[in-house]
Amino acid sequence: MKLKLTVNGTPHDIDVPPNTLLVDVIREHLHLTGTHVGCDTSQCGACTVHLDGRAVKSCTVLAGQADGAAVTTIEGIGAADDLHPMQAAFREHHALQCGFCTPGMIMAAIDLVRQHDHLDRRAVREGLEGNLCRCTGYHNIVDAVIAAAPQLAKGVGRG
Amino acid sequence: MAEAVHTGIGASVRRKEDARFITGGGRYTDDINQPGQVYAAFLRSPYARARIDRIDAAEALALPGVLAVLTGKDMAADGLGDLPCGWLVKQKDGSDMVSAPHPPLAHEVVNYVGEPYGVVIAESAPAARHAAEAVGTDFTELHAVVDPARAMESEDIHAGVVGNLAYDWVLGEQEATERALASAAHVTRLDLTNNRLIPNAMEPRAALGVYDKASGEHVLYTTSQNPHLERLVLSAFVQVAPEHKLRVVAPDVGGGFGSKIFIYAEETAVIWAARKVNRPVKWTAERSESFLADAHGRDHVTHAELGLDADGRFVALKVSTTANLGAYLSTFGSSVPTYLYGTLLAGQYKTPNIFVEVHGVYTNTAPVDAYRGAGRPEATYVVERIVETAARELGRDPAELRRLNMIQPKDFPYETPVALTYDTGDYEASLNKALALIDYAGFPERRAAAAKNGRRRGIGFACYIEACGLAPSKLAIALGAGVGLYESGEIRVNPTGNVTVFTGSHSHGQGHETTFAQVVSDRFGIGIDDVEVVHGDTGRVEFGLGTYGSRSLAVGGSALFKAADKIIAKGKRIAAHMLEADPGEIDFEDGRFVVRDSNRSLGFGEVAFAAYVPSNYPDDLEPGLSEKAFYDPANFTYPAGTHIAEVEVDEQTGVATVVDFVAVDDFGNVVNPLIVHGQVHGGVAQGIGQALMEHGIYDEFGQLQTGSYMDYWMPRADDLPDFRVDTTVTPCTHNPLGVKGCCEAGAIGSPAAVMNALTDALGVNHISMPATPEKVWRALNGQ
Amino acid sequence: MYPFKYHRPATLDEARALFQGVDDGIYIAGGQTLIPTMKQRLAAPSDVIDLAGLADLSGIEVAADVVRVGAFSRHAEVAGHPGIRSTLPVLAELADCIGDGQVRNRGTLGGSVANSDPAADYPAAVIGLGATVHTQDRSIAADDYFIDLFETALSPGEIITRIDFPVPDRAAYRKFPNPASRYAVVGVLVADFGGSIRVGITGAGPCAFRSTAMEQALSAKLDPAALDQVEVPDAGFNSDLFASADYRAHLVRVMAGRAVADLLAR
Repeated sequence: MKLKLTVNGTPHDIDVPPNTLLVDVIREHLHLTGTHVGCDTSQCGACTVHLDGRAVKSCTVLAGQADGAAVTTIEGIGAADDLHPMQAAFREHHALQCGFCTPGMIMAAIDLVRQHDHLDRRAVREGLEGNLCRCTGYHNIVDAVIAAAPQLAKGVGRG
Repeated sequence: MAEAVHTGIGASVRRKEDARFITGGGRYTDDINQPGQVYAAFLRSPYARARIDRIDAAEALALPGVLAVLTGKDMAADGLGDLPCGWLVKQKDGSDMVSAPHPPLAHEVVNYVGEPYGVVIAESAPAARHAAEAVGTDFTELHAVVDPARAMESEDIHAGVVGNLAYDWVLGEQEATERALASAAHVTRLDLTNNRLIPNAMEPRAALGVYDKASGEHVLYTTSQNPHLERLVLSAFVQVAPEHKLRVVAPDVGGGFGSKIFIYAEETAVIWAARKVNRPVKWTAERSESFLADAHGRDHVTHAELGLDADGRFVALKVSTTANLGAYLSTFGSSVPTYLYGTLLAGQYKTPNIFVEVHGVYTNTAPVDAYRGAGRPEATYVVERIVETAARELGRDPAELRRLNMIQPKDFPYETPVALTYDTGDYEASLNKALALIDYAGFPERRAAAAKNGRRRGIGFACYIEACGLAPSKLAIALGAGVGLYESGEIRVNPTGNVTVFTGSHSHGQGHETTFAQVVSDRFGIGIDDVEVVHGDTGRVEFGLGTYGSRSLAVGGSALFKAADKIIAKGKRIAAHMLEADPGEIDFEDGRFVVRDSNRSLGFGEVAFAAYVPSNYPDDLEPGLSEKAFYDPANFTYPAGTHIAEVEVDEQTGVATVVDFVAVDDFGNVVNPLIVHGQVHGGVAQGIGQALMEHGIYDEFGQLQTGSYMDYWMPRADDLPDFRVDTTVTPCTHNPLGVKGCCEAGAIGSPAAVMNALTDALGVNHISMPATPEKVWRALNGQ
Repeated sequence: MYPFKYHRPATLDEARALFQGVDDGIYIAGGQTLIPTMKQRLAAPSDVIDLAGLADLSGIEVAADVVRVGAFSRHAEVAGHPGIRSTLPVLAELADCIGDGQVRNRGTLGGSVANSDPAADYPAAVIGLGATVHTQDRSIAADDYFIDLFETALSPGEIITRIDFPVPDRAAYRKFPNPASRYAVVGVLVADFGGSIRVGITGAGPCAFRSTAMEQALSAKLDPAALDQVEVPDAGFNSDLFASADYRAHLVRVMAGRAVADLLAR
């Protein structure tokens, strides 16, 4: 089936079988391998991207469901020399170790912060319930999100 | 060089590797693709134990895009060998352990649910999966053994393995221990289980095999913690390809926790299949495959007895453990419940008599091997649960009873009754700091406050000891290890003065690219960004034994330290020549070669350049500035510390929550505190997971009941508290960095601390891990 | 996933015609349950019919006595809707504890209620608030809607268009989540309609149900202690690795008591 997707600001015409997941379009067809697949039951959140601005698990969206939508992946929010505040906070607070869950965690955290004005540590923990990390024990992730939140509120950062 | 001061040893340098990970630029195995690549899907046993009668691949082969259906028989016919167990344990009677053959793909009998017995190769991953479903296999179901406690009375599952016993292993003096127990003033007895865990690194295992027919070269990209060991086993034992024709690359790896140490069927099969079909073959595990076919961890059943004299001094500890090894002996499966467990049973205490007997049994479950801590969490759990229980039985303060029995700084080096010699430590220092951090004196008040809200609060301790950097090679090999336990390191100083470092350690989250760069830049007085660390590729790194057992910095870092010594020594000779001085007069300070008591000096870069453009250069010296070193430690390192947990239980629902957690660890010198604290956090999270949440459960038929994240309770952000982490320092006495290793401690101390806190809250002596809400609710109701 | 054909009809009639015209069609809304099921190859529909294009299923209307929620409303939309938060806060709160953040950004009210997973949250609101389920054909009272495990009063091809939730004087929902899956082990919604109490329970049985015993006790005295005398028989209750039937029965009482306490504090 043919579909149109805008990914990280670039429009794409894509032709895939209907039983293709959005994450497969992102990884296999567009070669944006920053979005990861960590489970097959929609639990781990490593595949989190923004679909029309909201965090979704791209392993649980059919390619067809995303037809006409705008997708933002980890590659679309910042670059090494121009980091998104959430990316910068993850590095500053050592909120990642192996890095596998990190793109999904960052994308989920950005949506979380945008949707809430005042996040305390408990709210961040609850708000990240859709993302598993096996390395960090989450402590430093919570630090990073708390630190980045005021900057996002100021409207800094894309994605 | 101000920069070096801020990024050198002891600085919380932000990680170099993060730049790619936070931007989506990491390169994991599944991110790598090759032209002409095809995909593998494995045929996996639906039964815990069954004979394979017939495999009918006709229908699968007729499907579009299917290239081949390869079976265990095909692999055996090609002469591939079995997957070996790398540690030969000697039994109580002196005989060798009984190792059941472990073919990478089963060809006669399958012995656990999920065991691979064939592989389908197709043009796409979905096509391979569909074709795998279309393969018709006739099985005859055989009697399966699932419960380790009953394994020895059950039908033999492997021919020639009587009573399903791989080994009966002992350590310590049995008679003396039993005598001391018989005359003890008090004996505490405890039955414990150490629950089966499923490692669940967030990146599922993956492998991509590439074969070049023209050169005969094989390349295997795979999720490995130790690519050189992988290559060694695949060439020497499995004989997929000769070592010089096989390159193993472990690129970015998304966590390991032990589970990616081992040599598995799947990577063996893809490299073999790549040659069979003459196309690159890729396999990426679905998470449900990971649950079934990654090596699991722990799974012990233990009875322990601790004898105390009238003053409360420990006089004897006797431990009897049945360890579930799973259906086959995995790569290091035999060593985990023996040399990495029994040897740790002295803990931090001067218990004079210790005896341990371990029955390692086969069952029809996934192989069990090292998982974060590997044997040491199990040992700590036994020691610290029984010490806590003894304190309660005797009405003693658990902290003070521990203090009374601790090995004191003056006692080092301290030889334990279970074969280890601790080099250094100050256990009371960690205990005191942890007691202050948790505000031990304020606990009764916190408990009373919780009670007002219908919550029972408890406090629990674990004073753990750990042995890292398994060593030395000679001793380990004498005890059955199949490989050496050194590490290699190479430093290439480039002509422009920056440095490329090659290490046999592998980083899959530990931050070696930063920590090792700190060590090297600190030695040379150069900027950290001028040091590049290369790891994970047998084509680039000479040799290595990989990353496990918290060994990387203590062993791999020390190898680099030695290589740096050689660089500096050679640099002094070059500088001496250029400065017209004697090499003995040259000091290397802050990145400069200086003639002692003079103002004559050369920068590190100037000397590097001279080494490669040798005009003004010693006649008897080879050009170039590149050195390598193998470092074989003289002893283990012994990190130790005190973890204290406070747990609250909701009396109505049984939900137990860790509300405070303090970890004070002595890791020796710390190179990067930020990274070290992060490692402790992660370990503690896994330990809390073991105590309260995680459990790999098989039913009586050997079907895995917790085979996905819908049923296996992985700790999430809202399941865990903030952690309070601090350190004390007694430098390791026998490695040049004075470091001990930090990556497992969190998982070693925390389960016992949490369970001691929980049993304290509940007022019971024992509840089994994981203490899930229903279990706690039943305990609250006396069930 | 097995191969299937994908359709995105523009009208309800077109959707039903498609459904009736194919071998084994299935509707998809948010897909947060269906897609994982298909990925595990536990469902193999010939045709997947996406309801995202149906304008009839969208929109939220808040009146003083009833909140009408279009079936395609996503959980996050309900959770964050200012009108619902002020008029029927219990519905927003319930929606806010479904699954996780990403699931709530995709999952829909209609999808949840049509599927009738025994551990889903929304059924507790449908039952506990005495909602009316509207389809393209008819209106179904909550008490007639849930039949059994994954079984509802919907006919094949019938599509939920919206659900009308009566606004009680006050209400509260308490959920005991399965910590692994995030589904409800037990969820209890208690609503006070002028002293007449409704109790909707999810997670415990094969489908959501009312507890008339609790309703009577609470209608007599709206106090958590009133539940002490209520029997919660566990016959027919779900039992799994995480929670046995009798533990679930216990949790029903505890969660109901806590919901009552929350309700009284409003």
